[in-house]
Amino acid sequence: MPTLAIDVAYVAELARLRLSPEEIETFGDQLEQVLAYVKKLEEVDVQDVALVGEESGFQNRLRPDRPLPELTQGEALENAPQPAGGLFLVPRILE
Amino acid sequence: MSLAFATIQELRRRLRAKEVHPRELVEALLDRISSVDPKVKAYNYLHPERALESAQKADISLPLGGVPIAIKDLINVRGEPCTCASRILEGYIAPYDATVIERLRAAGAILLGRTNMDEFAMGSSTENSAWGVTRNPWDLSRVPGGSSGGSAAAVAAHEAIAALGSDTGGSIRQPASFCGCVGLKPTYGRVSRYGLTAFASSLDQIGPLTKTVADAALVLESIAGVDPRDNTCDPTPAPSFSAKLGEEIRGMTLGIPKEYFVSGIDPEVEDATRQAISHLEGLGATLREISLPHTAYSIASYYLVATAEASANLARFDGMRYGRRAKECDDLLETYGRTRDEGFGREVKRRILLGTYALSSGYYDAYYLRAQKVRMRIREDFLAAFRDCQAIVTPTSPTPAFRLGERAEDPLQMYLADIFTIAVNLAGLCAISLPCGFTRSGLPIGLQIIGPMRQEETILQVGYAYEQSTDWHTLRPSLS
Repeated sequence: MPTLAIDVAYVAELARLRLSPEEIETFGDQLEQVLAYVKKLEEVDVQDVALVGEESGFQNRLRPDRPLPELTQGEALENAPQPAGGLFLVPRILE
Repeated sequence: MSLAFATIQELRRRLRAKEVHPRELVEALLDRISSVDPKVKAYNYLHPERALESAQKADISLPLGGVPIAIKDLINVRGEPCTCASRILEGYIAPYDATVIERLRAAGAILLGRTNMDEFAMGSSTENSAWGVTRNPWDLSRVPGGSSGGSAAAVAAHEAIAALGSDTGGSIRQPASFCGCVGLKPTYGRVSRYGLTAFASSLDQIGPLTKTVADAALVLESIAGVDPRDNTCDPTPAPSFSAKLGEEIRGMTLGIPKEYFVSGIDPEVEDATRQAISHLEGLGATLREISLPHTAYSIASYYLVATAEASANLARFDGMRYGRRAKECDDLLETYGRTRDEGFGREVKRRILLGTYALSSGYYDAYYLRAQKVRMRIREDFLAAFRDCQAIVTPTSPTPAFRLGERAEDPLQMYLADIFTIAVNLAGLCAISLPCGFTRSGLPIGLQIIGPMRQEETILQVGYAYEQSTDWHTLRPSLS
């Protein structure tokens, strides 16, 4: 497994989490501990392991492409932080 | 004696004999809740008027007709808040019913309210809730377990006749064990997850928390079965889970895994479990020592698989379509970042970080893929063991309920609370926890019975045989 020393600020950016400097430090220490612990997975021989989908014969379940009862537009918007004209209003992403 | 103390089985008889009206029953529970819930805090949200209204119309001929049930606060109930104990869902009102809720309604159950939990089902103590901690009814200075701690505490404190919880790594069985009630984690896919807020989709399963084994079978019968809205739901029709209750266990072989009785287990828990195992032998079962050699890797495998899936599932909480949105942000990225910072608690952030890291470029094979492969080794261990036995018996948790705050800032210690339950989720099996004794200081101890996939009838049969010949399930916390 890779060496530790996680760049928590970078991972937080990937996860879209804004963290305080104090959180970055605490989480960094705790994650290093957890990752040191999960390192023991290296001891297991995993050659020739079939993942469950391969060995169980489970298949994708398909259904006819027909519309089913769904939320109405009104219901879908009931919890919107900012509904506007039947749509979700979100922060501008293009100048 | 208050009606609140009764089991579903007793109530069905009394309701059908017209000795009791569902309204009286709901009133008895509301009284019980107002007297004990200020101490226990099992509920996040109650809706007495709705419950009384459904009691008025309850059809007592239905399987759960008139029986009040509490629901963990991450299962969607149309028109009611579903907060997952998180600030990020403060104010969210579910616009639809989960499949299990539709089925409980169809079975005549009365929905009492929403029970507290660890935020997004992440935790083993119900301390990670944005709405405050739930306390163990047997000792208010201790945790009820987690993440279905509110559901377990509600049943144990007789604030609900039964409850629904969800179990990703032990979140039904461990709190059932800490609170002295029965908790059943069905086989993966047995119960539809449609309408359950996803934590780790390949592990999550909804199941009942009840006062007795027979009650667990009754609730499972009402909620299990094929659902076209959940493609991971088992296409095999659910059988009658009560069918084998009362059948002898003579001649059955029970596996005792040597890896589950190792150092670190509380001596009183070990004693009680060993006595329960001897008791099962006394009922005619044959015991066989078995080995599950990859047990030591289950927690490591679980925390990578579960957090990776959680980091993907929780990406939907971005403040755009529902839930909280941070105010006065300059751009989209700041809105995402601040919304999630303000909305999520520490344990959720910790797990999202771990999962994001495990899935990030360059680390996927080393962490996530390896964890999935080790998971398959754990599953193979169980498949091999079940060639020699019909069920496996273990302690549910290595310790009784710990004190509030004791493990809050030590994630690894907290994760170890699920050491005996996690492998069951990784392998997709079913398992039940039921009371098998008490510590000298009066804390409940749980016995776990694990079955192969789709063998709920077997573990219910073994659990029932044990329960009917012991009286642990009849004891009640004093809550004075």
